[in-house]
Amino acid sequence: MKKKILTVDDSRTIRNMLLVTLTNAGYDTVQAEDGIEGLEMLEESDPDVIVTDINMPRLDGLGFIAGVRKNERYRAIPILVLTTESDPDKKNQAREAGATGWIVKPFDPAKLIAAIERVTA
Amino acid sequence: MDMNEIREIFFQECEEQLAELESGLLRLRDGDTDPETVNAVFRAVHSIKGGAGAFGLDDLVAFAHIFETALDCVRSSKFAASADLLNVLLKSADALADLTSAARDGGSVDPSRTSELEEALKAFASGQPRLVTGSQDMVHGTAPVTPEPADEPEFEPVPFSFDDFEEAESNASAAKPSGRNLFTVCFKPRSDLYAKGNEAVLLLRDLAKLGDLEVHCETDTLPGIEQLDAEAAYFSWRIRVETEHDEDAIRQVFEFAEWDCTLDVTPGYTDAASAEEIAVAGKAGPSTPFDLSLLDENPADAPVMARQDPADSPPAVADEQPEAIGQEAPKAAAEPAHLSTVAKALAAELAKKEMTVAAVPAAPQTIRVDLERVDRLINLVGELVINQSMLAQSVSDSHTGGTSALNVGLDELQQLTREIQDSVMAIRAQPVKPVFQRMGRIVRETADMTGKSVRLITEGENTEIDKTVIDKLAEPLTHLIRNAIDHGLEKPETRQAAGKNPEGRLSLTAKHRSGRIVIEIADDGAGINRDRVRDKAVEKGLIAADAKLSDEEIYNLIFHPGFSTAEHLTDISGRGVGMDVVKRSIQSLGGRLSINSTPGAGSVFTMSLPLTLAVLDGMVVTVAGQTLVVPLTAIIETLQPCQKDIHAFGTSHRLVAIRDTFCPLVDVGHILDFRSDLTDPVDGVVLLVESEGGGQRALMVDAIQGQRQVVIKSLETNYRHVPGIAAATILGDGRVALILDVDAIVMASRGHSLGAEMTLAATG
Repeated sequence: MKKKILTVDDSRTIRNMLLVTLTNAGYDTVQAEDGIEGLEMLEESDPDVIVTDINMPRLDGLGFIAGVRKNERYRAIPILVLTTESDPDKKNQAREAGATGWIVKPFDPAKLIAAIERVTA
Repeated sequence: MDMNEIREIFFQECEEQLAELESGLLRLRDGDTDPETVNAVFRAVHSIKGGAGAFGLDDLVAFAHIFETALDCVRSSKFAASADLLNVLLKSADALADLTSAARDGGSVDPSRTSELEEALKAFASGQPRLVTGSQDMVHGTAPVTPEPADEPEFEPVPFSFDDFEEAESNASAAKPSGRNLFTVCFKPRSDLYAKGNEAVLLLRDLAKLGDLEVHCETDTLPGIEQLDAEAAYFSWRIRVETEHDEDAIRQVFEFAEWDCTLDVTPGYTDAASAEEIAVAGKAGPSTPFDLSLLDENPADAPVMARQDPADSPPAVADEQPEAIGQEAPKAAAEPAHLSTVAKALAAELAKKEMTVAAVPAAPQTIRVDLERVDRLINLVGELVINQSMLAQSVSDSHTGGTSALNVGLDELQQLTREIQDSVMAIRAQPVKPVFQRMGRIVRETADMTGKSVRLITEGENTEIDKTVIDKLAEPLTHLIRNAIDHGLEKPETRQAAGKNPEGRLSLTAKHRSGRIVIEIADDGAGINRDRVRDKAVEKGLIAADAKLSDEEIYNLIFHPGFSTAEHLTDISGRGVGMDVVKRSIQSLGGRLSINSTPGAGSVFTMSLPLTLAVLDGMVVTVAGQTLVVPLTAIIETLQPCQKDIHAFGTSHRLVAIRDTFCPLVDVGHILDFRSDLTDPVDGVVLLVESEGGGQRALMVDAIQGQRQVVIKSLETNYRHVPGIAAATILGDGRVALILDVDAIVMASRGHSLGAEMTLAATG
């Protein structure tokens, strides 16, 4: 039974990397380009885990996480945040918004998978 | 998709981000205060850094990082973006573009240039003492790369490699430190932990991967069922860990939970009391080796902690809302007794999910196509056009006139061919925006070098033009812009003295005009000194001392190859550097360049280019037994002159009266040296044409064969440039026909009236 992961990132490069890494690791992947699209795709894709970037146009990761948590159905879904080295504060902000955990970007594929495994049953 | 493809996508994305970055910075400079503009600028640099890190492009990461830090200060409104700062930011954007190109093509960027900018960026960033402590280190860091603050060892960029993936995994399991360590872990989650999607049970499962566990669940805080809050965290765990890993590895497991729990990790059994406690706990509530892998394999049978739970309270809760699976998840961990109930429901839910069709990802709105494929398609369509006209010609040559069905079919074929062609051409059409954006940088650099202050204004950036033309636009545009700044615009002092704004204005405009694209480079500088240019041309023997030249003709002298090499003349005329080269490169695109200038008020260079280099609407004519094609865009009208309309002018020139004006008559056969004698206009047909310079001429040809679309085949690539001829084409019957360069013919006709010096040589 494949788990489905919704990734939300505005960078095509990172989206592709996530896609390759997650597919190789045996996950189904659904991708959104920003927070608004992520929220739109939430119900229809019904993911098991969400991986989201923070800096995005239209709706950033913090707003996206808050939006997901407001949805009764997904208020406890694991959400991993892609953080970068320059914004340790962002990690804390993301956590306050309701993120489950984080992945350092640029990510190491093994660590990404480990992080996902850590939050999924 | 492999690594190289992702890398290629990364660089494509960089291009877009760099364009976004520059236009955003320019908007900020122009007074845009929209926070989203700053955000977009920040994101652009941030994205480049993110991708560059994944590919191990350290130079790029290092610079982007410092750049980003400065932008972050602007973003968080710690200080306003001053003109000085924007200047530095714009130059940094240029440097970032160079670093990106270097990373892509394997070159390098002068480190002194980047380090200078790095210093400036850091100075701006550290200019404010009110920075948050978290970013202080990075802002004040002296090392060029500061992605590694001591407390965040993981923040080092990790180059991305798919090959590393499996390797890393096997390393992780293989490279275990020898020896077994004992730890006591006390883990007390708060309800926030579950609210964020973390689950105690999963953390314990992770912990179990490190070694053998003895788990004791503490239920002291569990209230009676009537007070039970389904969302509260009542349980905590005391775990004895026997592992080959160190304390860090244990803490790592709880990394995501550290804020929402109390965690104690004590090595070994140094604390006798707790050791005893554990021993007692072990007897009281039998601890089981914590094998959570069972949960994965058979969720319904997961034995986890079941025996440690009070038997009475939890089932009630689970039964109350059996459908709310998402909500149950955290509770399942908080109240492990229900785990099996929840797990069953979860399994059912997951099974249901598996049966539903996988969600369709959002449909992409664009596709990326190799340019080569498009080119192949365009070539094929070109062949189709030729073939279609061959077919039409065969039918007409058969003298049967064809059946009406055949003719209708041919007409439809022609229409379809035309539509296919237009559609295919549209695939390759792109806005000139990227080229225009690159010019912003040329302006900044040239302005810096010459000590002038210049503002670039662009207009019509979304005007579309064939990609093949766009690619070749940058070079002549760069030349013209450098020229305009270097020679056209005055120094700020001079401008001020002349009552002008010390900041020079350079405008770059693109627009469509009758099937061509027209690009104007206009400056508000001093204009061209006609007398000087003229004097020099006389001195050089290019024109006779008493030659009467129109302004346009004088400006055109600048394009004469002799002009560009004369260094001292460049200084006087102000417009000589490489202009012949510029003109040639524009001509090779089937384009033309003309100049207009007003003394004291500036100059305008107008570039007119075909929208595509592939096809052309033309009038097929016969001249001295040869078949020629005249671009339709140049033709105003055709007429058959009567004898009374023809007037002699001087000894060898003739004019044709068209309505109430006279227009110089040009015998195409004569000017191309197809024949030595002038023909009688009454025997031929006259095409009234207009050159890009605005001059009208009556071109005389022998006969008109018809009007059709022709596929342009370059004469230069297959043969060489021929004065007066723009290109060649293949006609329906397979013969090659030359395409007339109307402007060159018009210029050459002027040359005839001026003297031999200004003949065709001027265009070639």
